[in-house]
Amino acid sequence: MRPFKRRKRGGVYAVFEAAEAHLLVNLLGQLVELLRDRNGEDESAPDPLFAQLGMGGSHVPPDDPVLQRLLPDGYTDDLDASGDFRRYTERALSETKVANARTVIASLVEGGLDPADVETNDAKVEVELDAAAVQAWLRSLTDIRLSVAVRLGIESDEDLVAVADSDDETVVVMSDIYDWLGYVQETLVQSLS
Amino acid sequence: MEVEQPEADESVELDQPWVTIVWNDPVNLMSYVTYVFREYFGYSEAKATELMLQVHHDGRSVVATGSREEMERHVQAMHEYGLWATLQKADT
Repeated sequence: MRPFKRRKRGGVYAVFEAAEAHLLVNLLGQLVELLRDRNGEDESAPDPLFAQLGMGGSHVPPDDPVLQRLLPDGYTDDLDASGDFRRYTERALSETKVANARTVIASLVEGGLDPADVETNDAKVEVELDAAAVQAWLRSLTDIRLSVAVRLGIESDEDLVAVADSDDETVVVMSDIYDWLGYVQETLVQSLS
Repeated sequence: MEVEQPEADESVELDQPWVTIVWNDPVNLMSYVTYVFREYFGYSEAKATELMLQVHHDGRSVVATGSREEMERHVQAMHEYGLWATLQKADT
């Protein structure tokens, strides 16, 4: 990957290897699927009025630990208020996260990625982001970093050290992905300042 | 003529009884958290960095004070950014 840089006329760009772009699409796809499972098949595009009224939204936190982190409680000291807050806001939050993930995938496709072609690995994917796409990328990169972190069991700074020292092959692979996602996001944030 | 002024703290409590708290997590980058505080709340680089460091070292920081509705909007926005935030009454 060539890190994110700012263009003179505004906007930022970066170049990904095809394999890296596929990895991002894969992680984003998992994220979208998880959020859709929470909302149910038919509710990915709910009636806007119903959505606004929070109808059909759950007041109970998700069971899945990744979803718990992506859709957290709004109150720590008031269960009823927390349930109401979730009922009225969770659906919209979840939909925003899905929309952000789709924006990121669209940027990669626009940059030359063919999501169906996992064989051709020598192609480069050059992404150009306008201000709105930057916001979607920042949030979506955070969402997939949080998802990977939960799967790795990272809940404290000590856990980060334990993960880095692990010999478990799966943990090593996921930990590399986690570090790489952090690098991508760091270069994106730096390119904005 | 002397006019009795309410204590500064009292008036703040009466008018702005809710706070938005951002909690520490080991995942979000320090640069990103600072960026969010600048971008979303419009804080200066210095103020955003101070709040980020407070989250990092103390485990939490009050990042905004105001009405309950306003704080609920902030908490939802923080959740969109992937930061863990909650709201509560200022005096608890």
